[in-house]
Amino acid sequence: MIRFLTKGLLRDRSRSLFPVLVITLTVTLVIFSIGFLKGTMNSLLLDTAVILTGHEKVVTRAYHEESQLMPNDLALLEVDQLVADLHQNYPEFFWSPRIKFAGLLDVPDENGETKIQGPVLAVGIDFFSDGSREIELWELERLMVSGRLPEHRDDVLISSKLADQLNVKAGESVTFIGSTMDNAFSTYNFNIAGTFNLRKGQTDKQMMLVDLSGARAALDMENAASAIFGFIHSLYYDDEAAVMLRDEYNETHSDSLDIFSPFMLALRDGNQMGTMVDISGAIMAIMGGIFLVVVMVVLWNMGLMNGLRRYGEVGLRLALGESKGQVYRSMISEAVIIGLTGTVIGTGIGLALTYYVQENGIDYTKGIEALSNSSMVMPNVFYAQVTPDLLYIGFVPGVLATVLGTMLAGLAVYKREMAQLFKELET
Amino acid sequence: MIRKAYFGVILLTLVLCFGQSDDIAAEQLVKAMDYNLNAKTRILTSKMVVHGRRSSRTIESRSWVKGINQAYTEYLAPPREAGTKMLKSRDKLWTYSPQTDRVIQISGHMLRQSVMGSDMSYNDMMEDRPLTDLYEATVEGSEVIEGRKHWILFLEARVTGLSYPKRRAWVDAEYLLPLKEELYAKSGKLLKSTSMDGIKKVQGRWFPTRFIFKDELKRNSRGTEWIIDDIAFDKEIPDSRFEKAILRK
Repeated sequence: MIRFLTKGLLRDRSRSLFPVLVITLTVTLVIFSIGFLKGTMNSLLLDTAVILTGHEKVVTRAYHEESQLMPNDLALLEVDQLVADLHQNYPEFFWSPRIKFAGLLDVPDENGETKIQGPVLAVGIDFFSDGSREIELWELERLMVSGRLPEHRDDVLISSKLADQLNVKAGESVTFIGSTMDNAFSTYNFNIAGTFNLRKGQTDKQMMLVDLSGARAALDMENAASAIFGFIHSLYYDDEAAVMLRDEYNETHSDSLDIFSPFMLALRDGNQMGTMVDISGAIMAIMGGIFLVVVMVVLWNMGLMNGLRRYGEVGLRLALGESKGQVYRSMISEAVIIGLTGTVIGTGIGLALTYYVQENGIDYTKGIEALSNSSMVMPNVFYAQVTPDLLYIGFVPGVLATVLGTMLAGLAVYKREMAQLFKELET
Repeated sequence: MIRKAYFGVILLTLVLCFGQSDDIAAEQLVKAMDYNLNAKTRILTSKMVVHGRRSSRTIESRSWVKGINQAYTEYLAPPREAGTKMLKSRDKLWTYSPQTDRVIQISGHMLRQSVMGSDMSYNDMMEDRPLTDLYEATVEGSEVIEGRKHWILFLEARVTGLSYPKRRAWVDAEYLLPLKEELYAKSGKLLKSTSMDGIKKVQGRWFPTRFIFKDELKRNSRGTEWIIDDIAFDKEIPDSRFEKAILRK
């Protein structure tokens, strides 16, 4: 029967080609739009995650209480062991220690005397370990303005804004003035390996990136870190999984009575990030929902029109003795075949398109640069995201809406009176 | 110099006589405190015990102080701090660390930072002028603490730009030293508290051998002890000790 119907569809292009094309196009649009929306929302969260929160972040309870002050005297100790345990127990994430600190950057003149000073906000990240993904996370290869990536412990990258402010360039030496982990006075010489521009407004205005080993030497923080950041390997934030892991870790590894005990925070626990995660989820659900409904109405309408267009054919079939039930079922079966064909092709094309944009992104640099005075952390390249639900979401409009439209139009079959059929056929 | 010493003795005698009555002149009390705490020169070896939230650290240093404008400190221990030098000359402060081989001027907001992680700021170190030049004093009353009579003195800034525009001191009626002090912002917010003990007579003046500073803005601060191991007043110090070139020597 299915073979018979399929043959019929193939032979009558007006019944197959156009509907399949419409469904394919619509499903492609649905898949790509939802994938792009998800990717864009994830890009927004990822930028904040890379700089401030990670998908997960482990700190001491005391550090968490005063995190605004960057209290490195309350930092995590025995970090190598903690990281090894996290890798072993939670392999679905990759873990990397960070040291965040602030102070002054002092630029010497030719006599070694202070020429100019400026405040600096430094982040110690793991540049050199095998398998470290920090360069990829910060997109440093793409965002370098001058110089090269750090190669030695004392090499640093400074933002181009800070470089302009201090009037320094790659290759020069600067002295960091700040406090050690014990709050002792600390001065440390760094070499500027290069400059970068995160292109995220004022976020990197005073930023310096240094290797973890350099930060540890400057702040006397051997095997210590302000925090350990964790990211899901795909870099796609899964709030439910992150919250579950946080709860489990804190229950098994954190002692609420010990202020120096490790304490895990999910991305949503960051300052106002919970609201942002919820809002982005809600926006995605509303926009996705509206889009899906519109598309369903279009396809439903197409199913309806297809059914009505075949009014004469249905009459002839009934006049030839086919039962109303047979005609109705055959129409629905055809709709299922058309819907499935269009949906499968549309899902394939949609996924391919989404995957391409996931890998290459769409660059909005110029538009974002125009917003550079904003203090918001904004990505400038938007990426789509292929997620498992994209494999089946197209079936809702593609098959369901088409079939429902046909079912509604097909109800007219049952209203046809045999006595009227020949009269109708004569005209 | 002899004339100055005579003046000090007369001042002290006057204050001690008045010290027995409640209507002691606030200005005389402040002058007596200044006499005890300041000198033409001071050479001291001291230890600073910084009580952190995880552990305590002891920093040893030797200082040469001349008047109110010149001071030079060499840090002796622990190894990370050893060799660090600090020079104050008038309103400027420089530091030298052997690790970077750089002389760095500490200015601007860095002056509000803690010295070696202690509860003392560079501004605290810089402010050596006599209290009489800086504050208007009033006596608020007296109080007996641990069996000793103390005058309660309220000081309000008469010049602008001070780190602590208001302070309240509990001045021991015998030693004429502020054994306890509270330092306030202009708004009246308590910023720091200090106390001193181990009072000894050194070269004719009462001087504490231990100061305790506590930054009241630091949550859970356990304070910093500054222990004077050895002090000598009014010894000659060559001017070369306060030249910038000494930092790199």
